[in-house]
Amino acid sequence: MLDQLLSSLTDGLLLGFVYGLAAMGLSLIWGVMTVINLAHGPVIALGMFGTYLLFSHVGMNPYLALFLVALLGLLSGFLIYGVAVHRVIDAPHLSSLLATFAVNMILIGVGTALFTTSPHNIDYPMGSLQLGSMITIPGTRFIAALGAVAFTAGLYLFLYFSRPGKAIRAVANNRVAAELMGIPSAQVLALSFGIGTMLAAVAGGLISTFFPFTILSGGPYELKSFVICVLGGLGNPLGALLGGLILGGLEGLVPTFMPVSWVPVVEFGLFVLVLLIRPSGLLGAK
Amino acid sequence: MTRRKFPLVLVLVALGLILAVGLVQTGPTSAAGAAKEVVIGFTASQTGKLNVEAIRQINGLNLWVEQVNAAGGVKLPDGTVVKFAAKYYDDESKKERVQELYTKLINSDKADFLISPYSSGLADAAAVIAQQYNKIMITAGAASDSTYKKGYTLIYQTYTPASRYLTGAIDLLAKLDPAAKKVAIVHEKDKFSTDVVNALKAYAESKGYQVVLFEGYEPGTTDFAPFINKIPPGVDAVMGGGHFADTTTFAKQLYEKKLKTKMIALLVAPPEPKFAELGEACISVIGSSQWEPMAKYTAESAKAAGLEWYGPSVADFDSAYKAKFKEEPSYHSAGGYVAGLILQKALAKAGSTDTAKVKEAMDAMNLLTFYGNIKFDTAKAHGLQIGHDMVYIQWQKDAKGKPVKQVVWPEAGKTAGAIVCPVR
Repeated sequence: MLDQLLSSLTDGLLLGFVYGLAAMGLSLIWGVMTVINLAHGPVIALGMFGTYLLFSHVGMNPYLALFLVALLGLLSGFLIYGVAVHRVIDAPHLSSLLATFAVNMILIGVGTALFTTSPHNIDYPMGSLQLGSMITIPGTRFIAALGAVAFTAGLYLFLYFSRPGKAIRAVANNRVAAELMGIPSAQVLALSFGIGTMLAAVAGGLISTFFPFTILSGGPYELKSFVICVLGGLGNPLGALLGGLILGGLEGLVPTFMPVSWVPVVEFGLFVLVLLIRPSGLLGAK
Repeated sequence: MTRRKFPLVLVLVALGLILAVGLVQTGPTSAAGAAKEVVIGFTASQTGKLNVEAIRQINGLNLWVEQVNAAGGVKLPDGTVVKFAAKYYDDESKKERVQELYTKLINSDKADFLISPYSSGLADAAAVIAQQYNKIMITAGAASDSTYKKGYTLIYQTYTPASRYLTGAIDLLAKLDPAAKKVAIVHEKDKFSTDVVNALKAYAESKGYQVVLFEGYEPGTTDFAPFINKIPPGVDAVMGGGHFADTTTFAKQLYEKKLKTKMIALLVAPPEPKFAELGEACISVIGSSQWEPMAKYTAESAKAAGLEWYGPSVADFDSAYKAKFKEEPSYHSAGGYVAGLILQKALAKAGSTDTAKVKEAMDAMNLLTFYGNIKFDTAKAHGLQIGHDMVYIQWQKDAKGKPVKQVVWPEAGKTAGAIVCPVR
């Protein structure tokens, strides 16, 4: 029982880091501009396909490809912001919700036409890591977790120690005041959306190294991102990482005691519970 | 309509036409001069999670259409020469699309006979429509038993049914390690896999095995770690799986997690040549297959068994398929081809394309083909395949260390002895 618990928990927590990274993108966008980005899922899937194409067609190492995917994610974030979000940023929430939903449908449509909905796979084995006699960790998952931590640390350093990062925090805190201080809020909003999209794409790229995927694969991670944001506090990127770990841990723990199909019941049960008891999330919104 | 709007409407109409043409993909049509063209209607999962198996199946079927037409079609006693035309749509591996498209095939495309889509779930959805419109449907790639227990009279199965799909693995396990006791079953929660593992579990228990884990996963699952972690230590065999995409991932993750067991027997994926792309992870994995290119069905073996021989030899099918599609045929390809072959034989025997007469010929059928024995239940489970048997393959290493497929069960047809899973 103990060995099952330990190996299950390890698997879940490693996955949790990647969930956290994906959710951080959603959380950042909400925190800065109170937009619920419904194009989050397809962007994750595009990250998967970006890594896949660079790996299978260009022959690039999938982990190196992630940096290019990050850059492409950032640029497509600017594009989505400029085309669909910027004009409705001050309109009621429903407008931006519908605008990002439209982007979601466009991306899925184009993705289906280009890649079909057949599963794709990045075959780049990284061996397994043996911890004692009980725990075997697939190398790809371990590296993905490390990658997620590295990107989180990068985001943290950027937000707290760089001028544009500080500007993002200022705009998130009080947009009008930030504008009065001479911060160009339009650029800052675009940058935040770009970074949010970049995080989603990178998370997708990391996931693609160990799970097969289709253009629709982003959906479940988008849903998880919502749960994670609510758990950790919508608008708080570090809370998102914590939420990711909690969710991953649950996914590891729950199957030890009950059938695996109960996992979503527990996850979404928790979602509702946190909304009822602590609507601002565990770490509270910033 | 204003003059301004007119070009716009024209463009829209043209676009609509292009789309319609693009959506409808017709297979090779018969040559001119045929007195009668019989339309074979079906849907194929060209996209979606079932695409690997489904594309092989339609390849097989299209090869049959091409060959039967090239050979001059089927000549009926009244002098009519029947040629075949395939008409099909992409069902995107979705049930709701299947029913819509089969209705369209029957009503708009005037399909005379139907072939099922790939997979039990989709075939079951199509069967309702076929029976409703009084059309004979031959199911290919659909092994579930339950479809034939619903009182349908026009649905015929080419595959060995699910209830006999993986039970041989238990017999093989007894041979491989007589001391084996514990079996873990992890399966996809779809119609076909559930039917298979329920029969498997009952069979294993009846043979004195202890089923230590019996759990299903949702179709489309990509993370098998929670299931693999639940497999108790000291398990002798892991069985189950579902379809190609998920089972391949399952096999890969079993390898990555270094699970210690003596035998891994999974559904559908292992017999596919593409399974070898897993490399080291495919070694020792066993799969049950409806057919293998090294199968030993010949005109002589038909004679010995007192059965009628019909259609191409195994070698002829194998080489024609390789020549056309530049790949090894899998049992899905053979299943697609034989579905057409069955229909061809039934039409020739009935001497007519009339549904009632063809049905009579199908009911009386007892053939040996390159794919094996074909005989249908005509009693309670009408249309259920009762003649055909499974073969079990295992991926082993050849002299150069490359994965190679060997038939390891039944004893009579084996090309190599089964090996125990190496320590990973």
